[in-house]
Amino acid sequence: MKKSVIFGALTVAGLMATAASASTLDDVKARGKLNCGVTTGLPGFAAPDANGVWEGFDVAVCRAVAAAVLGDPAAVEFVPTTGETRFTALASGEIDMLARNTTWTFSRDTDLKFDFAGVNYYDGQGFMVPKALGVTSAKDLDGATVCIQTGTTTELNLSDFFRSNNISYEPVPIQTNAEAQQQYLAGACDVYTTDASGLAATRATFEHPEDHVLLPEIISKEPLGPLVRHGDNDWGDIVRWTLNALITAEELGITSANVAEMAAAPTNNPEVNRLLGTEGELGAMVGLSADWAKNAIAASGNYGEIFEKNIGENTPIGLARGLNAQWTQGGLIYSPPFR
Amino acid sequence: MTGKSASLTFVRTEMIPASEPPLSEKGAIKWVRENLFSSWLNAILTLLSIWVVWSVVSHLFPWFANSVWVADNLSECRAIRDATVGPDASSACFAVITDRWQQLLFGFYPREAYWRPVLALALLLVGILPLLFTAMPRKLLLVLPVLPFALFWLLWGGSIWTPVAAALGFVVAGLVFRLLSPVGGLSLGVPAAVIAAAAFWLYAAGPLAGALQDLLPIGIEYIDSKKFGGFTLSLIIGVAGISLSLPLGVVLALGRKSDMMIVNMLSTAFIEIIRGVPLIVWLFTAQLILGYFLPPGTTFDLTLRVIIMVTLFSAAYIAEVVRGGLAALPKGQYEAADSLGLDYWKSMRLIILPQALKISIPGIVNTFIGLFKDTTLVVFIGLFDPIGFTNAIRASTDWNGVYWELYVFIGLMFFIFCFAMGRYSMYLERKLQRENR
Repeated sequence: MKKSVIFGALTVAGLMATAASASTLDDVKARGKLNCGVTTGLPGFAAPDANGVWEGFDVAVCRAVAAAVLGDPAAVEFVPTTGETRFTALASGEIDMLARNTTWTFSRDTDLKFDFAGVNYYDGQGFMVPKALGVTSAKDLDGATVCIQTGTTTELNLSDFFRSNNISYEPVPIQTNAEAQQQYLAGACDVYTTDASGLAATRATFEHPEDHVLLPEIISKEPLGPLVRHGDNDWGDIVRWTLNALITAEELGITSANVAEMAAAPTNNPEVNRLLGTEGELGAMVGLSADWAKNAIAASGNYGEIFEKNIGENTPIGLARGLNAQWTQGGLIYSPPFR
Repeated sequence: MTGKSASLTFVRTEMIPASEPPLSEKGAIKWVRENLFSSWLNAILTLLSIWVVWSVVSHLFPWFANSVWVADNLSECRAIRDATVGPDASSACFAVITDRWQQLLFGFYPREAYWRPVLALALLLVGILPLLFTAMPRKLLLVLPVLPFALFWLLWGGSIWTPVAAALGFVVAGLVFRLLSPVGGLSLGVPAAVIAAAAFWLYAAGPLAGALQDLLPIGIEYIDSKKFGGFTLSLIIGVAGISLSLPLGVVLALGRKSDMMIVNMLSTAFIEIIRGVPLIVWLFTAQLILGYFLPPGTTFDLTLRVIIMVTLFSAAYIAEVVRGGLAALPKGQYEAADSLGLDYWKSMRLIILPQALKISIPGIVNTFIGLFKDTTLVVFIGLFDPIGFTNAIRASTDWNGVYWELYVFIGLMFFIFCFAMGRYSMYLERKLQRENR
């Protein structure tokens, strides 16, 4: 009895304390570590290596934010989250931001009360079939058996696509990507459908990748990006503009190799100077040091470098830039100006 | 006449040597005929079984025999296989185990501190030996009260004074109980001891540990439970769950059999509610619902939450198993205990529980084995147990595409632990059976 009263009092005190200090930035600085939610493992996007060091495309965003805020890209506590636990972890404050290839949708932004900081990868749902099947378009898939992960938006997209094209399919429900690979290779289904990046990563692991083709149809829009809680706009700004800094850096030709040199003294390009803090006070406007963007870019390079290192054409995953090229190269990656 | 007949009489003086049985009635052929082909049905079943065994072995054997143990990634594994046994041969890539076995066993635990979980396991085994085998020196039992604190300190590290201060709480409780129970009996002694210990832990333990640490700094590197993973995590959850749920389960079973209405109702409600909901729901409760209730920023250790939930869950099952044991005892045993003039606790401790627990051993061990294997469910709340690591390992571009090898390894590890538990339970049953005669 007495014990529960004491615990109750502590809880109330804790709640009031949090209401008083609502700034995520202050919390992160006080803690000295950024709590960043990632997947429990997705090839190219987030995975621990043999030494337990996290690597990947989403991980690089976490590291850039940690470098911008704390000056140290290693000051990140990676919190692995599953599809079920990710939003609660963010809403409850267990993590400061979530970079877990999460699709930006209306209801997640509004109803679940999150703010998406931008898009770091434009994905879409595609199909993979064995070449021997002789199919060239997803519209030829009438009556096919389809391996599909249950409880995801891919399931809904698939049924929409087949219904709107007046063709039928038979779903083979599976739980994980690894299971899907086994089922698909064993011939339990004719088609495997998931995000195109996942299909490419899966095909790259096959013994004979050349025997399988990705069909040209992309049947959904999946803009993936990092997100934060509603209610702390200053923190949201930091994550958003860190991502934008990485994108702008690629556009301006700032790389991890030359960033130190370009930040050493003002250059001829005023936008480079503003970004790297040699001119103007952009860092102070978001409550960070002047070299915040320099640190973020030095962490794992600009957007293009991160892409090439983790999922680009020279990695086993081998994704082309496509939609994820800079807007100057015909893609959708576009950052508002640093001014 | 008699002489003639006598001369005609033939009496064999030595035995005829036994002739060889016909070919079909001896040796291997006879055994095969009798055991495998005694009827048409059996013949068909035999051939069918041989075909099944052959098709399984002929698929699995090359997979194991051609396995590659040293490679940096899956493509290299395949290249080595192509070079040695030719392309498209069935071959396991156990190089993934060679590369990542540390993670499967220890998770993200710092490499230079691997000795700590290993030493903890060794200490645990040594510590519980006298509990498991009566042949062990009885003096080893003295280690037992220290064991949980030593294991905690080894695994989590930090200042040695933290577990010492926590242990002092129990000493305080014991002292208060000693002082007050002669005055006010159990009804005063027990609550007073609980309150004293709680007050000690809440207000005195922290400062005391801090002061002692300043005075005499002894400590090893603190390791957060987020770093725990693999079999270390399974064993921590399993062992903590097993050792905490048994006493709790016994108490709940006694509570459910109790004549006191409130105790009875509370125990029954607890058991039915916990047992009536799947473990995975309780784990999600620990992970998600508590996250909403606790103030943001207060991180109440997830591993601890999981241990509590697993303990409560398995305690409910143990309670029902023990209740079965209690119900199986003849009524005469209860009456005999009463007629000896023993009070409730003495009769339970000396007469009823030893017999009831003996009957319940198979059920209890069964629950423990189930609990140990259920620890793999924590993968769904994002903890990296061995199953969680299969996903993480496959997510690295090196090992994406590896599937069965990881499961074979994990299955083998779990089998070793569960088989040992099962064997021990059989040993215990035999031993207690003999003593009963």
